[in-house]
Amino acid sequence: MTEVKNNMGRRSFLKAALLAGGGMIVHFSWPVGSKAAGKDALEIPEEWFEMNSYIKIGKNGVVTLFNPNPEFGQNVKTSLPMILAEELDIDWEQVIVEQADFYPERYARQFTGGSRSVMEAWSPLRTAGATARQMLVLAAATEWKVPASEITTQQGTLLHAVSGKQAGYGEFASAAAMRPVPESVKLKNVSDFRIVGSSKSNVEVKNILMGKPLFGLDYKTDGMLIAMVVHPPAFGLRFRSMDDSVAKTMPGIKSIFTIDSLTEDIDQNIFDATSFTKFAVVVGNTTWEVLQAKKALKVEWEAEPERIFTMGGRKATFPSGLESTEVHRAKMQELTKMPGNVSRRDGDPEKAFQSAARILERTYTAPFLAHNAMEPVNCFAHVTADRAELYGPTQAPEFILGTLSQRLGLPKEKILIRLARMGGGFGRRAYGHHLIEAAVISKHAQAPIKLVYTREDEMTAGIYRPTYSATYRAAFDENNQLLAFHVKAGGIPESPLHANRFPAGAIDNYLAEGWQIPSNITVGAFRAPRSNFMAAAEQSFLDELAAEMGKDPIDFRLELLERARTNPIGERNDYDAARYAGVLELVREKSKWKETTEGVHRGVSAYFCHNSYVAEVVDLVMKNGIPKVEKIVAAIDCGIVINKDAAINMAGGAIVDGIGNALYGELPFKDGVPQKNNFTTYQLIRMNEAPKEIDVHFVKNEKDPTGMGEPPFPPTFAAVANALYKATGRRFYNQPFINELKSS
Amino acid sequence: MATTNLKINGKEYSVDVDPSTPLLWVLRDHLNLVGTKYGCGVAACGACVVHLEGEAVRSCVTKINRAAGKEVVTIEGLSEHGDHPLQKAWEQVDVPQCGYCQSGQIMSAAVLLREIPNPTDEDIDLAMTGNICRCGTYLRIREAIHLAAEIQTKLK
Ligand code: FES
Ligand code: FES
Repeated sequence: MTEVKNNMGRRSFLKAALLAGGGMIVHFSWPVGSKAAGKDALEIPEEWFEMNSYIKIGKNGVVTLFNPNPEFGQNVKTSLPMILAEELDIDWEQVIVEQADFYPERYARQFTGGSRSVMEAWSPLRTAGATARQMLVLAAATEWKVPASEITTQQGTLLHAVSGKQAGYGEFASAAAMRPVPESVKLKNVSDFRIVGSSKSNVEVKNILMGKPLFGLDYKTDGMLIAMVVHPPAFGLRFRSMDDSVAKTMPGIKSIFTIDSLTEDIDQNIFDATSFTKFAVVVGNTTWEVLQAKKALKVEWEAEPERIFTMGGRKATFPSGLESTEVHRAKMQELTKMPGNVSRRDGDPEKAFQSAARILERTYTAPFLAHNAMEPVNCFAHVTADRAELYGPTQAPEFILGTLSQRLGLPKEKILIRLARMGGGFGRRAYGHHLIEAAVISKHAQAPIKLVYTREDEMTAGIYRPTYSATYRAAFDENNQLLAFHVKAGGIPESPLHANRFPAGAIDNYLAEGWQIPSNITVGAFRAPRSNFMAAAEQSFLDELAAEMGKDPIDFRLELLERARTNPIGERNDYDAARYAGVLELVREKSKWKETTEGVHRGVSAYFCHNSYVAEVVDLVMKNGIPKVEKIVAAIDCGIVINKDAAINMAGGAIVDGIGNALYGELPFKDGVPQKNNFTTYQLIRMNEAPKEIDVHFVKNEKDPTGMGEPPFPPTFAAVANALYKATGRRFYNQPFINELKSS
Repeated sequence: MATTNLKINGKEYSVDVDPSTPLLWVLRDHLNLVGTKYGCGVAACGACVVHLEGEAVRSCVTKINRAAGKEVVTIEGLSEHGDHPLQKAWEQVDVPQCGYCQSGQIMSAAVLLREIPNPTDEDIDLAMTGNICRCGTYLRIREAIHLAAEIQTKLK
């Protein structure tokens, strides 16, 4: 056991401590109600005793665990409570899981992003579970008049072996809830885990399969109206005027007006990113009626001059103009030939390149991507003179709260943000512009409203994965040995460069440079931001290098990692070479890498990002000239796995996402207009393109858990590209690969 | 506006809407049957699949007058207790990630299983290609359809 100091904020226990003579009853209004994690029906106790912000226990021993973080399909609503349940030591079948509202006084970090939910909740949730358990033990010790150290627990039961006394947690919940919070608590040994590391099914699965209202778009209250916005059809345009003479007379329409979502005085943070700030708004009774009026609304647009705003206390700008993919490409090509901003230099790379017997240079590109979460952007808001309530999909309520408060002129504690289950997110919902829009619309309409984006609205409203380009150069001596390595990476509007990642640290002469081109096309985090491109480029280049040097691609990577492990170059290498090599070795074994099958083409790739290591081997076949990934073997090191089956599900999903975006994903622009606006033209991977098998293996260790939502995504791109090379004899440099294949 | 009589999940409803309103929005906005999802509105994603006289249709492009007087089944009516072979299989395989696409997936799969009680992977690919899962749960969907076929066979 590990003894940990209980540094959970005192505030999280405040409510329990304030009680005298009885438990705390907590009420919930969300209509779906409680979800039994195990059996269909648990008897819901009339009274709950709150142990802390995460745990309440009923007299009958039923336990409610709160999932603090927003759920968007990463299964955090199951895995985080599993951590609590483990340390609390209860029977999972007696657990009900509830989604917590956004409540910064009670929860440390209610953010879904960066694959950090489990990693950052690990310690606090273990402590919360162990603390509640300890308070139950102490309550029983007082009542039984025995030393607390003699009391053990077993899945919701307190036991005193010497006297034979035993009781369920429910019996002591009231007394325990009133105890002071212990200063320190003991955590379980990893080897004693029963729940963490097992597979528990999604606590929401039944509700999903029965079509229960779970999502923001499903939300409804009395008197709620539907609102839709009309945003400019192109980046670089803004609202000028509108003619609503026809639209406002249409059936079901209540009002038509404009809003400024963000005003100039607001100091934005990065998650306030928004493509447009002035919208035409249609409010009416039902979605279909509002949609018809929206189509009938005639809006005039005008060129937007350079937009200046404040971000983090500093002036920021969006340039003016209507941008096109063709121009972007030409500009990026130009920049790859110019010197960039050097962010790392080891040895003397310039000299090494000068003295090289041979240089290999390759440039990789990737287009803008739309996130395309299945549930379109939406949000419920009810804003009155003195308070605001919002309910909807958001990954990052904490970032939008300050902006909402500024924009509405309401103190933060008068704003309640409730967290809906999200129909996907992929980074898109870290940006809360829809919460602001909904709130401002509700305030203006003086009614509870639900803002609904159509698919077209969402796909053309920005916050995309940026477009990128990276040029790699390798210098060889006359013996074909690697002398130097150079990466120059940039993008619109940001550089994807991670200068201190592999193979930095493994090559004596190393140079990393970055550049960027400003744009008014808005971008944001997209599943494994930057890594999703850098992995594709770097791991394709390493594959080509291995081939040039006549080495097996896994052996070649392992050689470099061995160098980085035993004799690293440079001060700062952002990876653990041994763990990196570990996943490559595991994937080599599990994929039976050396075995070949007629007609099956294999590609490998490995990457470290978001604190986890993933290696993948893709098996690809060509059917009538069309590539099809048949199978992927993945090896993952994310430390302790919380919910094994869910982790496998998510890794599989990330890999399918990787195959889809590598082969098909792109959002081109012409004169500021996104050239795709729905799934008719934006190609997403479908059932017939999905592999037959994804075989996921985890490195077994006792390291604290790290992220899973993002790390399996980036390596897939290059594994596909490298397999395509085997299949066609050609290298693939420009995503989406299907275009490059067609252009041959 | 016009009154349209509907029979949904065995229950009679009468709604007063423009006859060109898609069934999807009548279900979601008027009848509070929100298990049927909106994903694209243009018959491209399958999130809104329901059964009309036993056939899988995309309710986002099915005008309400086409459904008048006909039998409509939505995910809420597929079974009373969530124990249709497909729902059982989905639960056992633990298919969903975000879950948003899953009711549409199940409704498409239900028609497939009726037409082909023991579908091959190829049959599944063909029948399910109209349903996008952005989370990429396709492999589990395939597995669950095979499992549902087994469960269904045993029930017979
Ligand atoms: S919403 Fe009907 S097919 Fe997409
Ligand atoms: S489970 Fe998220 S879209 Fe299918």
